[in-house]
Amino acid sequence: MTNASPETSKKSWKMRLWRGDSKGGQFQEYDSPVLEGEVLLDVVHAIQASQATDIAVRWNCKAGKCGSCSAEINGKPSLMCMTRMDNFDPGVPITVAPLKTFPIVKDLVTDVSFNYEVAKRVPHLKIADPGPDGVRRMYQQDVNRIQEFRKCIECFLCQDVCHVIRDHEDNKKYFAGPRFFLRYAEMSMHPLNTEDVRSKAREEGGISLCNITKCCTEVCPESIHITDNAIIPMKERVVDRHFDPVAWLGRKISRKPYSQLPKS
Amino acid sequence: MSSFETHEYDVIVIGAGGAGLRAAIESVALGSKTAVITKSLLGKAHTVMAEGGIAAAMGNVYPEDNWEVHFRDTMRGGKMLNNWRMAQLHAQETPDRVWELEEWGAVFDRTGDGKISQRDFGGHRYARLAHVGDRTGLEMIRTLQQKAVADGIEVFMECSILKLLTNDDGSVCGALGYHRVSGEYVVFKAKAVVLATGGLGRSWKVTSNSWECTGDGHALAIWAGAELIDMEFIQFHPTGMVWPLSVKGLLVTEGVRGDGGTLRNSDGTRFMFNYVPEMFRAETADTEEEADRWYTDKKGARRTPDLLPRDEVARAINSEVKAGRGSPHGGVFLDIFSRRDPEYIKRRLPSMYHQFKQLAGVDITREAMEIGPTCHYAMGGVRVDPDTAESTVKGLFACGEVAGGMHGSNRLGGNSLGDLLVFGRRAGIGASQYASSCKEPSPQEGEIKSIVAEADKILTSTSGENPFDVLHSLQDTMNELVGIIRVERELVEAKDALAKLSDRARNLSAPGNKGYNTGWHHALDLRCQLTVAQCVTLAALERKESRGGHTRDDFPGPDKDHFGKVNLACSMASGEISVTETPLPEMPAELARLFEEAK
Repeated sequence: MTNASPETSKKSWKMRLWRGDSKGGQFQEYDSPVLEGEVLLDVVHAIQASQATDIAVRWNCKAGKCGSCSAEINGKPSLMCMTRMDNFDPGVPITVAPLKTFPIVKDLVTDVSFNYEVAKRVPHLKIADPGPDGVRRMYQQDVNRIQEFRKCIECFLCQDVCHVIRDHEDNKKYFAGPRFFLRYAEMSMHPLNTEDVRSKAREEGGISLCNITKCCTEVCPESIHITDNAIIPMKERVVDRHFDPVAWLGRKISRKPYSQLPKS
Repeated sequence: MSSFETHEYDVIVIGAGGAGLRAAIESVALGSKTAVITKSLLGKAHTVMAEGGIAAAMGNVYPEDNWEVHFRDTMRGGKMLNNWRMAQLHAQETPDRVWELEEWGAVFDRTGDGKISQRDFGGHRYARLAHVGDRTGLEMIRTLQQKAVADGIEVFMECSILKLLTNDDGSVCGALGYHRVSGEYVVFKAKAVVLATGGLGRSWKVTSNSWECTGDGHALAIWAGAELIDMEFIQFHPTGMVWPLSVKGLLVTEGVRGDGGTLRNSDGTRFMFNYVPEMFRAETADTEEEADRWYTDKKGARRTPDLLPRDEVARAINSEVKAGRGSPHGGVFLDIFSRRDPEYIKRRLPSMYHQFKQLAGVDITREAMEIGPTCHYAMGGVRVDPDTAESTVKGLFACGEVAGGMHGSNRLGGNSLGDLLVFGRRAGIGASQYASSCKEPSPQEGEIKSIVAEADKILTSTSGENPFDVLHSLQDTMNELVGIIRVERELVEAKDALAKLSDRARNLSAPGNKGYNTGWHHALDLRCQLTVAQCVTLAALERKESRGGHTRDDFPGPDKDHFGKVNLACSMASGEISVTETPLPEMPAELARLFEEAK
């Protein structure tokens, strides 16, 4: 096996953790020993257990599956539980800050309720009835691409890094963000979904505001190709729908809002 | 009523994992005003960690599968201590619950003809786990979460419950909790309460469980007068990561073995062939050739011993390590790299590939994993009526891991997710129906005052102990003395140690303010953890036999004539926990026949 010996190194690391609340705060420095194979969340926990029991930090699974422990580590939005300490130079202090795009609650915990509010506005899919034999059939090659989107662990790192809302608070009213464009894309590409969400992706999700900088894809811990596989195809679908002259004429004649139009 | 923030509902559901969300969806569908209360954010519950799949006899891969076969597998896996009615309902209803998830948006892996694919797992006669790669739990929770949001269910996120509130007749009528973010207390008045709080593994040092699994529901229930059964049975999952220390205990899905992986010791021997118990000998392969052939030929070959029920495999690994045939970091080897090609491994086990690569620097397509047992699941829990999920206290319901009985002394892999769905739904119905006919809730003010005073004291105390120190002592105690292999002397030692820890836990201090104060949160969770650890230890002392997730070195075999016929029930009176034997519900003849024919 390639694993190293069970002996553990006892180097001491300098950690700069942001401490404070919505009224303000600053980075505070802690020295902490780091054992071999540890991740950054271990070190934050060690500081919490021995030096500052009131440090606020969210975590659940510590395995990169629940998406709770998002933070900006040396400026890069990452999961603390999947950031190995041996990636860092021991001599240089590591800076851990809360996500910038969301209001601070305390220390490393932010108020991510924006995302839960957006989730309430995303339409819910309507799956077609089973076939005559009582079975809903879908083929693996047809679900592969939406299964990629459903790997999303809702860490909201893509939301955090997206310029549209990171730098423009006002846009939050009009913009659902990359995580939710995955939802629209998934519904649009689901082989059995009967609900057309293209107009809603534009009107309610604000997908047109995305300018495809791919920052979301870069930070995704699940390596979902958010921009290439979800946002761009979804934008094309929205555009097809919105600027298709036949559909445009149809809308004029029927005078129905987009959402009531049948799926074409 | 008290001056705290107060909400009123017909039904409150405590816990937002698979069981809690499924219960809430049903309760709302029946017209009850319902809220879900969760310690975490929505969608982060421990259900996301479930990997392998949902066992359901849909017969998509093996048409000969049916609920009776699944029922029989479940009972035998639980060493016949399961509540037969729960095992029956579970086996009968899981296929519908899986199809329902598909209707709500879950996208399972498919068979060649477009149906839901099903994979092999330990103890299941046929390939029957509906799955999405090795992230089935995530798919399930996301589907239920989105359904709950679409149905407009109210969710209180990051809210912990401290105590259930009762009417003066002892029936449950709500709960007192606090918002983790602000530290402010909150009162929920409710006609019915559903506990769906999950497990309790966090009281062991090596565990696959997250911080949430502190046995809150188990403790809330016994404090409110309910009975807990089968608390001695703790499942140690055979395959947890052992290295690096940072991830020790983290789960490695049974799907690795289901998809062809095998266990080896340091000599390279597939040792499971030496550990096939009498009960499973007739249906287990005795040569490597037959075991390997079984993956593709279910009729002509018998199953590999790598896929014996989890209790058997965990004990076997423990024995190999003790005999000096372990891996460098105190586990054994799990080898899929020499048996399946890299593309297959990455497609079937993407999370495992990712997890080992990123956290251990191990490429599972090129080298073996090192694994060892990890505290994973509590078979025991609140005694419930199988059909309605009602506990022995009026107004209190329980479903999922916090409920006891379904899995007997050992749970089969894949039977947890189905349990959440089947009994989540039933608890939703049970609670909703109860709420429509019971009286208005009228919590007793005194209950609220005393618990608030106790909780506040931790914040203001300047002389108390650090809660993390007590927590770590508890985890060491349970790991060392109430682990996989138990013996009377150590259990007595654990009982004394827990009494001392309880004394220490009465004098804790968590400096800082109330807002998101992690030390304070841990201090409050410890109350639950200690109660539950005591139940496990006392029940383990009482059961003088070995069965499923309870192995006694001093009583190595099962005791068919006595302990095979009783559940141990824990209850609390004046702060003291007592354990009593209660007869196992008797299986009707038409089900009992399934076990006779097999002989």
